[in-house]
Amino acid sequence: MEIEGHEPALSAWNIDVLEGKRIEELRVASQQPIADPDNWLGAELRRNILLTTVDYAVNWARSRSIFPLMFGLACCAFEMIATAASRFDIARFGMDIFRWSPRQADLMIVAGTITWKMAPAVKLIYEQMAEPKWVIAMGACAISGGTFRESYSVVPGLNRIVPVDVYVPGCPPRPEGLIHGIRLIHRKIMSESIGKR
Amino acid sequence: MTLKTEPFILNVGPQHPSTHGVFRMRVTLDGEVVVDLEPVIGYLHRGIEKLAESRTYTQIIPLTDRLDYLASMTNNFGYVLAVEKLGGIKVPERAEYLRIIMAELMRISSHLMAVGFFLNDLGAMMTPVLYMWREREKIMDLFEMVCGQRLTYNYMRVGGVSQDIPDEFLPALKRFIDEMPRFIDEYEQLLSQNEILLVRTKGVGVLPRETAINIGASGPVLRASGVKWDIRKADPYSIYDRFDFEVPVGSTGDCYDRYWVRIQEMRQSVRIVAQAVKQLPAGEICVKVKQPLRLPAGEVYGHVEAPKGELGFYLVSDGSIAPYRLHIRPPTLINLTALRDMVIGWKIADLIVIFGSIDVCLGEIDR
Amino acid sequence: MTVSLDCEQVAKRLSQELPGSVVTVEKPAIVIRTERLREVAEFLRGNPDFEFNYLANLTAVDYLDYFEVVYHLVSLTHNYSLVLKVRCYDRVKPTVPSVVDIWRAADFQEREVYDLMGIVFDGHPNLKRLLLWEGFVGHPLRKDYL
Repeated sequence: MEIEGHEPALSAWNIDVLEGKRIEELRVASQQPIADPDNWLGAELRRNILLTTVDYAVNWARSRSIFPLMFGLACCAFEMIATAASRFDIARFGMDIFRWSPRQADLMIVAGTITWKMAPAVKLIYEQMAEPKWVIAMGACAISGGTFRESYSVVPGLNRIVPVDVYVPGCPPRPEGLIHGIRLIHRKIMSESIGKR
Repeated sequence: MTLKTEPFILNVGPQHPSTHGVFRMRVTLDGEVVVDLEPVIGYLHRGIEKLAESRTYTQIIPLTDRLDYLASMTNNFGYVLAVEKLGGIKVPERAEYLRIIMAELMRISSHLMAVGFFLNDLGAMMTPVLYMWREREKIMDLFEMVCGQRLTYNYMRVGGVSQDIPDEFLPALKRFIDEMPRFIDEYEQLLSQNEILLVRTKGVGVLPRETAINIGASGPVLRASGVKWDIRKADPYSIYDRFDFEVPVGSTGDCYDRYWVRIQEMRQSVRIVAQAVKQLPAGEICVKVKQPLRLPAGEVYGHVEAPKGELGFYLVSDGSIAPYRLHIRPPTLINLTALRDMVIGWKIADLIVIFGSIDVCLGEIDR
Repeated sequence: MTVSLDCEQVAKRLSQELPGSVVTVEKPAIVIRTERLREVAEFLRGNPDFEFNYLANLTAVDYLDYFEVVYHLVSLTHNYSLVLKVRCYDRVKPTVPSVVDIWRAADFQEREVYDLMGIVFDGHPNLKRLLLWEGFVGHPLRKDYL
C-alpha cells in the first residue's frame, strides 16, 4: 500500500526478492557439513576439566525441566499437540508449557515437512534459542523429506540446516513415540558435561 | 493540532502461535487499526501436484492424506470419487456407507479443532481445546480401530475401502453417537452465550453474501454469509441423497455465525452417522480393480463437501497408469481471498479472531 | 443435483450472441478464443439464463503443444455447471486475459497458475509468485521441468 509522503524502506517486492536470495544461499550452503560448535575448545582443555558431581546436578536439573518450543510445521504438529494434551500429558516429564518464543525454549521439536521457503525461518529460530539447546526431528519429513523427498521444494532432511539430536520416525509418529524421543533427549542430557557445551 | 501518524508494517508469521501452521501475513497498521494485509503463503508447498504425475492412482491416496491433515478421510474420499467417476467404477453398498461414516466423523473432528483453536485465538488459552480434544481422541480411537493410524489414514481405495470394520467398532461408535449430542450441548452451554465470545465475535469480520459468492468462498464461510450451498445437498455425491439432514445457514456472515454454523454442522453430522449405522448393510467392501489401474483418456472434475469447503479434484488422464495432471482445488486457499476484505478497519486483535474463524489448514493451502 | 449444461447448446447460444468467440466444443468443455474470454465470461455471468456467479476452480494443463487454462463455473442460482477452456500456443510467454475483476475467486488461483505453470494473466493486479519464492528458476508443473 502506498501512503502519501511516506517512503517505505523496502517495498513488498524488494522484501520478496531479498528473501528469495536468502533461500537460494541456504540451498547452496546446505551441501556443506555443519561445523561442530565445540571446536573452539582445545583438546587440552577438555581433558583437564573434570566436573563430575557438578555435571550430574546440572544435568539432572536441566533434563527434568525442558521447555519445548511450539513449532508445528505440518501434520506432525497435531500429534505433538496431542502429546501435550490431557491424554498423553507431557507434563509428567516436567515439560508443562510449550513456549511460543524461541528465546525461552531449549528444545525445538521440528514437526513436519520443511520446505526451502521455510528453511531460513527454521534456521533463524534455531539460532534465536539460547544455549544449551536440543533438537528433535519428528516424523519422516523432518528426518529425510519422507514421502515428499523427491519434490522440488522440500528440504531432504532437517540435518541439512540445523544439527539434530534425536530422530523420531513415523508418519506421523504416535505420541508414545514422541515421548520416547523425549526420554532419549533426557538420557543424552544426563551424559553431557557442562565443560563441553 | 493534529498528530501526524505513520503506517507501520507488521510481519505475522510464519512461526506464530495464531497462524495455525506456517501462514504469514504482512499487515500494514495505522496505530492498532489494520489498513492493509497481504497473505504470504507457500511455506508448506510440497509439490503434491507434481509428485502425483509420477505415481500410480493408488499411490496418490497417501499423498491426499497429507493435504488437509485434519480431514484426511474426506480428502481420500474426494480423490477416489473423482477416479471412480472417470473410470466408471461402481462401489459396493457397504463401502459407500463406511465411507460416509468416516467422512462425517472426520467433519466432527475437524470442526472440533476449528472451534477449539478459534477460541484459543480469542484468548481462551488451551481450555476449550482440551474439552474439544477429549472428543477428538475418541474419534481418533475409532479411526485407529479401522485402519491403525491416528492422523493419516489411507483408508479408502478406488472401488471401496481398504479393510472392514472390526467387531468392537460398531459398539464404540454407537456409544459415541449417544454421548456426542450431550457434549455439543456442553460446548454450547460454555460458549454460545458467553459474554466475552459474543462481544468479540458478533458483527466482527462481516463477509457480505455477494462478496462471499464472488470470491468463491465455500463451506462454513459461505454458509455463514447466508448462502444455502452445501455440495452434499446441491450436487449429492455417493449416497448422501439417502440421509435426512439440514444445512445450517447463518444470517450476517460475522465470526459468530461461522462459529455457530460449525457447531450446528456437528449436530447434523452426528445425525447422518446415526442413520448410516442403522442402515449399514453386510457384504463386500471393495470391488476388484485391475492393478495397476488404468483410466480411460479424458478429464473429470470431482468435488466433495470437505469440512472446510468445496474440495475439488481435477484429473486429466492419458490412459497410462499415472494421471497426466492432477489439480486440487483447496477450499481454504480460496476462502483466504476474503481475509483482506474482512479485516480492514478492525484492530490487530480482531485480525487474529477473523483469521481463526476462516479455519485454515496450511497443508491444503500450499499443497 | 447440479445440472451440467449441454456444451453444444451453450456454444450455439454463444456463437449467436458473440459471433466468433467459440473455437470448438470438446466434451465436457467449450474452447473459447483467448482474446474473447472476458466478453464470454461477462456474458455468462450477467445473462439471467446462466448467471454463472461462482468460479469453482481455475487451473491449467500443459499439453506440450499448447497450454490449456480450465475454468469450472457454477451458477448458485440455477444450480448449473459449465467448463470453459482457453488455449495458448506460445511457450515462451503464454498470455491469457485475467478474470479477477469478474470473479475475484480467480485472484489466488491465477497467481498459482502463473507460479507453477508460467502463464501470464494480463490485467491481474498483483501477479507474482504465490507458492514458491522469488528467484526460483522455472515453472515446476510444466511437463519439461525435471
